[in-house]
Amino acid sequence: MANPGSLAITVAGADAVRDELSGPRGRRPQRSFSGRNIMIYGTLLIAALYYLLPLYVMVVTSLKGMPEIRLGNIFSPPVEITFEPWAKAWASACTGLNCDGLSRGFWNSVRITIPSTVISIAIASINGYALANWRFKGSEVFFTILIVGAFIPYQVMIYPIVIVLREMGIYGTLTGLVIVHTIFGMPILTLLFRNYFVSLPEELFKAARIDGAGFWTIYLKIMLPMSLPIFVVAMILQITGIWNDFLFGVVFTRPEYYPMTVQLNNIVNSVQGVKEYNVNMAATILTGAVPLFVYFVSGRLFVRGIAAGAVKG
Amino acid sequence: MTSSVSIRDLSLNFGAVSVLQHLDLEIADGEFLVLLGASGCGKSTLLNCIAGLLDISDGQIFIKGKNVTWEEPKDRGIGMVFQSYALYPQMTVEKNLSFGLQVAKVPQVEIDKRVARAAEILQIQPLLKRKPAELSGGQRQRVAIGRALVRDVDVFLFDEPLSNLDAKLRSELRVEIKRLHQSLKNTMIYVTHDQIEALTLADRIAVMKGGVIQQLADPMTIYGTPENLFVAGFIGSPSMNFFRGSIGRKDGRPVVDVGGVAFDLSRYPSRAPLKDGQAVVLGVRPEHIRVDEPVEGLVSHPATVEIEEPMGADNLLWLKLAGQPISVRIAGQRRYAPNTPVTLGFDMASASLFDAGTENRL
Ligand SMILES: Nc1ncnc2c1ncn2[C@@H]1O[C@H](COP(=O)(O)OP(=O)(O)OP(=O)(O)O)[C@@H](O)[C@H]1O
Ligand SMILES: [Mg+2]
Repeated sequence: MANPGSLAITVAGADAVRDELSGPRGRRPQRSFSGRNIMIYGTLLIAALYYLLPLYVMVVTSLKGMPEIRLGNIFSPPVEITFEPWAKAWASACTGLNCDGLSRGFWNSVRITIPSTVISIAIASINGYALANWRFKGSEVFFTILIVGAFIPYQVMIYPIVIVLREMGIYGTLTGLVIVHTIFGMPILTLLFRNYFVSLPEELFKAARIDGAGFWTIYLKIMLPMSLPIFVVAMILQITGIWNDFLFGVVFTRPEYYPMTVQLNNIVNSVQGVKEYNVNMAATILTGAVPLFVYFVSGRLFVRGIAAGAVKG
Repeated sequence: MTSSVSIRDLSLNFGAVSVLQHLDLEIADGEFLVLLGASGCGKSTLLNCIAGLLDISDGQIFIKGKNVTWEEPKDRGIGMVFQSYALYPQMTVEKNLSFGLQVAKVPQVEIDKRVARAAEILQIQPLLKRKPAELSGGQRQRVAIGRALVRDVDVFLFDEPLSNLDAKLRSELRVEIKRLHQSLKNTMIYVTHDQIEALTLADRIAVMKGGVIQQLADPMTIYGTPENLFVAGFIGSPSMNFFRGSIGRKDGRPVVDVGGVAFDLSRYPSRAPLKDGQAVVLGVRPEHIRVDEPVEGLVSHPATVEIEEPMGADNLLWLKLAGQPISVRIAGQRRYAPNTPVTLGFDMASASLFDAGTENRL
């Protein structure tokens, strides 16, 4: 043996050395079928199925013709795929008064949701910014009132608001509904923005004031660019909330301005004729498509906003 | 010497909490004034009042002879540097520097000139196109200083600008700030709770406690003849040794009697006659105590070494005298093993004596 040191090693000693060399090293191996993993993935799978199954039934049913539906196998895939129900739901389903489908409701909803979202977010973000950074006389009182406002049940205020809108002459119009949505979104959105702006370093605001920037310059040039994530959150909240709204839509508008949700209800619950399950399913999916789309698109935007370092100093 | 910043009878309350009361402060043109004090004593509050970021409750503030008490921050002729840098995260360094000038509608040619000059002074030219997130802490603080620099102001306000940096960078930037002050000759007001920064940078130091200035003087005076017990204990690391005792007489000379150990006061330059039996606190800095050095005129007492802390250039000994722990600073190459008996020589001419009741210097 060339290595004189190894001469002294006994048989038992050599084993010890080999053990030491072949012992654990590097990354710890992960067992893929541990009890924990089975629990986690099992639960996730069941939850996913629970939510996906109804969706599956809806999609499948909306693609079948009525004779096939009458066979009663709700889980079986369509034998003959037809887009007839979708077309009907969109353009010619009857809602009691007229028979031009959901399309009218869709455009109504668009005309309600976009201005309501834009206006409420614009006002609430300015409110939140003012509350967080500019302590004005009565700002504490204002804030308390807002928080209380966030907890008052809507139902209590419906009748008074109907009267107010009637007196203003905009009861039953889209403008009236937009105003209602803007007002009801205000407390929670203002809170959201205030809390976000409070979390930004105060010294940034002080530095901007020393640089001579005023109320609007600080808001537009300093605060807005740093707040993309919270704007996306507010947008998701408002778009889905207003799009899915049913109560205000029924109460504050006339039939020709009914939002999509109300029209969906009228189609599904219409009493004349046979129940066209395929059309109902297609109409429901169409109505739900917009919030779903918003989640997918803005969810990615949201993540990108954070990853781009928009919030890091 | 004209006064650059002048604060008269300033008071500030946050609701019922009074942070500053009747504070007066005159800062000369081109002076480097450091506000030093423990956390929460009102340093930042005072600085924010000067900057106009806080509305004061009472009093007046003059900058360059102009009453700015009700002026907006931008009209006061001040630039401010914050502890957290406070750079606008979405703007490049260049935009950060020029933002204030653009708001003030300064012509673009002038903006470019000033930004270029500031970048040159602070050596940040290669960084101009970067975002703050792509800079190191020291570079960010340079940019923050640059932002004050481009505004061409009379008074610079610094609120603990170096506290977020590591020790090495801190000492580098400290030197740089001093160099900046020497070349610009602006008035600078600098808040810190780091006494090394205060002693090295300041023309004058204002030591604050509870919103009140305890002593306002040049660093050597603050260090050598502290006005009261708080200032004496706050400045110096390790801190001054304090002995509680009473004035007495021994062999016809005035002494401080500390638990039976007498310290001869005949060399102490007291301001007023000392009364027999008066309760006092004697303060001696660690470097004003000699170990085993028979120098004439020192007050000598035997003691025993407990712990030794070698720090390279210095060696810090911890001993016990009259039941009290004492720290002594000696040269780094002189080493003592624990339990070595030594003779301590106290330099009473450099000591401080305070009344135990009022805590003021005697
Ligand atoms: N907005 C406020 N409302 C009420 N009290 C405040 C407010 N800001 C500061 N204070 C109080 O004022 C006192 C002085 O605060 P200040 O920030 O000036 O301290 P500081 O000396 O700068 O301390 P530090 O070294 O920690 O920065 C503190 O006791 C603090 O609690
Ligand atoms: Mg502070």
